Amino acid sequence: MTTTNEPLLSVQGLEKHFPVTKGLFKRQVGAVKAVDGISFDVFKGETLGLVGESGCGKSTTGRLVTRLLEPTAGKVVFEGRDITHMRQGKLRPLRRDMQMIFQDPFSSLNPRHTVGTIVGAPYRIQGVQTENGIKRAVQDILELVGLNPEHYNRYPHEFSGGQRQRIGIARTLALKPKLIIADEPVSALDVSIQAQVVNLLEDLQNELDLTYVVIAHDLSVVRHISDRVAVMYLGKIVEIADRKSLYRVPMHPYTNALLSAVPIPDPKARAKSDRIRLTGDVPSPLNPPPACRFHTRCWKAQDICKTVEPPLEELASGHQVACHFPENAPEAATKTAATTP
Amino acid sequence: MNESAFLDVKDLKIHFSTDDGVVKSVDGLSFSLERGKTLGIVGESGSGKSVTSLGILGLHRGKNAHVSGEIWLDGEDLVTASQEHVRRLRGRKMAMIFQDPLSSMHPFYTVGDQIIEAYRIHHKVSKSVARKHAIDMLGRVGIPEPKSRVDSYPHEFSGGMRQRAMIAMALSCDPELLIADEPTTALDVTVQAQILDLMRDLQREFNSALIIITHDLGVVAELSDDILVMYAGKCIEYGSAEDIFYRPEHPYTWGLLGSMPRLDREPTERLLPVKGTPPSLINVPSGCAFHPRCPYSDLTDGQSKAEVPALAPTDPGHLVRCHLSRTQRRTLWENEVKPVLETQ
Ligand SMILES: Nc1ncnc2c1ncn2[C@@H]1O[C@H](COP(=O)(O)OP(=O)(O)OP(=O)(O)O)[C@@H](O)[C@H]1O
Ligand SMILES: Nc1ncnc2c1ncn2[C@@H]1O[C@H](COP(=O)(O)OP(=O)(O)OP(=O)(O)O)[C@@H](O)[C@H]1O
Ligand code: SF4
Ligand code: SF4
Ligand SMILES: [Mg+2]
Ligand SMILES: [Mg+2]
Repeated sequence: MTTTNEPLLSVQGLEKHFPVTKGLFKRQVGAVKAVDGISFDVFKGETLGLVGESGCGKSTTGRLVTRLLEPTAGKVVFEGRDITHMRQGKLRPLRRDMQMIFQDPFSSLNPRHTVGTIVGAPYRIQGVQTENGIKRAVQDILELVGLNPEHYNRYPHEFSGGQRQRIGIARTLALKPKLIIADEPVSALDVSIQAQVVNLLEDLQNELDLTYVVIAHDLSVVRHISDRVAVMYLGKIVEIADRKSLYRVPMHPYTNALLSAVPIPDPKARAKSDRIRLTGDVPSPLNPPPACRFHTRCWKAQDICKTVEPPLEELASGHQVACHFPENAPEAATKTAATTP
Repeated sequence: MNESAFLDVKDLKIHFSTDDGVVKSVDGLSFSLERGKTLGIVGESGSGKSVTSLGILGLHRGKNAHVSGEIWLDGEDLVTASQEHVRRLRGRKMAMIFQDPLSSMHPFYTVGDQIIEAYRIHHKVSKSVARKHAIDMLGRVGIPEPKSRVDSYPHEFSGGMRQRAMIAMALSCDPELLIADEPTTALDVTVQAQILDLMRDLQREFNSALIIITHDLGVVAELSDDILVMYAGKCIEYGSAEDIFYRPEHPYTWGLLGSMPRLDREPTERLLPVKGTPPSLINVPSGCAFHPRCPYSDLTDGQSKAEVPALAPTDPGHLVRCHLSRTQRRTLWENEVKPVLETQ
């Protein structure tokens, strides 16, 4: 992992509230606080994993960063430039630098276009002149993602799910992006094919010096692929740390519960009694619980958790947590937290 | 296989005629299961897991499906039984939990009414008795305030609650065989953990036979006594959970284990995926269906391509379908595969 001090991407206090309207006149009756004030940096050459349960705002974050959605508040800074309110015209060259890979390899490819047309489109836009030149470029990139270059004239339906995901990745790479936001890139795929695509993403990163934000709900996949990991809960980042610290010494109770809930493929692990079991489901982002949003499910919750929102604070080097009573926290950090009220 | 097993499936074949040819979705599957035990069926998408489970429930009687073989449930062969009889057994003796509870619950009836309905088909009781039973069942699967929630509609429940309600519905007639097809795939991991705990507890309480179908090796490890690994409609390895996780002998099982990033081990630099893509079930590869993807197929003197290997015991209760000799498989596992997996 090569990092310079200047982040490639910096997200500051980002918010997205979707209005909820009612009736004929679309009167606003509330808002879904899908993303509610998150900040993080991504450095060149690294992979940031974004995990959390369904509806916590992961995809919305991805769409905000790539400017597919307009934020309600906050800033997105790419290569030192504030792109939050940049106009479409100025944004166009940047769109190439920041690409998104989607979960569904079936719906994101036009079924009426051949692989050559789909993957070649970016080259046509970039002004690669001759069809011959485009064909060569496309075949090179197909080979790079592990597809047969002979498949140039085939249609998406002739490919398996894993192969279609590769086509999607090939198209993305053709634009020579600097940052790739991959939203659940492998969750629609079978385990064996998942592993092929995960390996491919890693190889491409090494070869092309790519930077990734990988959004996923699978904690094992995220651990495998990420250098740093951010955990989201109901529109907030509750913990962010390098991979090792996050998985070895998770501090936020929610992170602990998440890790503890992953079924371990080892029959001996069944007898483990130190598991944390949360009760209830994730509350609705329409009416998130006040203060610490996790307090309705947290076994450590105290009165202060219901009244004072815990800020995201650095409790160990590079390890930020938003909790009044963190687990595994270094001595000093726990003391300050416990005496804050 | 034990003659008197509670569920005894023998040489089950389920083929579908389609315009493109015959799809051999299940092609000679045999296994047995006792009450109080859990069998996990794993395999990649399209390997025939769901077709198997629907077959046991007698739900493949459409025009294009051809079912052969035997399915003995508590001494009765369901393949030759009348459709009417199998229908009566469904719900009373056997029940199913699907991946997506919304698709198997009626949106216009309350959750309670659906449980009451299902219960009264098989039990001649009054509506109020059935309602009490429904409330009781909802409480047992952990729905808070079952007395008021019994009158909710499915869409008023969260995903986890719907899956609980579905389990309540399936269990309301105290079935002796319960088949759960990807019961937690659509759920969040913290809710999945709750549902897996619930299923384990309920099975102990009801002493039913449970078949859990999933592509998630973690989920099978949590629940199963025995595990059946499917590939292209066939069982390629069968054994206790310990056999499959600690001493697997089939190259495809090794591939499955190597594909999976694991939280309980150090992350390796690279995953070890099964190469290639899943086979066609219409033009199934000759010999061992796994041979185009198997890294060891050239160690069998051409047998892998020419002959379908038999499912043969390697140890009591542990069956493997592969032409490699037992010694070859064990040496490969110990020297080549296990060391690489362990460093994960
Ligand atoms: N266009 C929209 N209008 C209104 N609400 C929306 C919109 N898009 C997303 N939401 C809501 O915002 C919240 C966050 O959604 P998002 O898709 O970002 O979650 P996610 O973390 O990606 O979940 P998943 O893991 O299920 O993909 C959800 O409650 C969702 O219903
Ligand atoms: N009615 C049908 N007609 C023709 N083919 C069918 C029919 N039902 C299932 N199949 C085919 O049988 C094969 C096995 O399907 P099945 O649903 O059992 O897979 P599975 O192992 O459950 O996969 P998944 O993990 O994706 O659920 C698939 O190739 C499927 O397309
Ligand atoms: S702030 Fe309180 S409720 Fe929130 S996670 Fe920490 S201990 Fe739990
Ligand atoms: S029979 Fe041959 S191809 Fe099939 S698993 Fe064994 S070695 Fe591999
Ligand atoms: Mg999403
Ligand atoms: Mg299925």
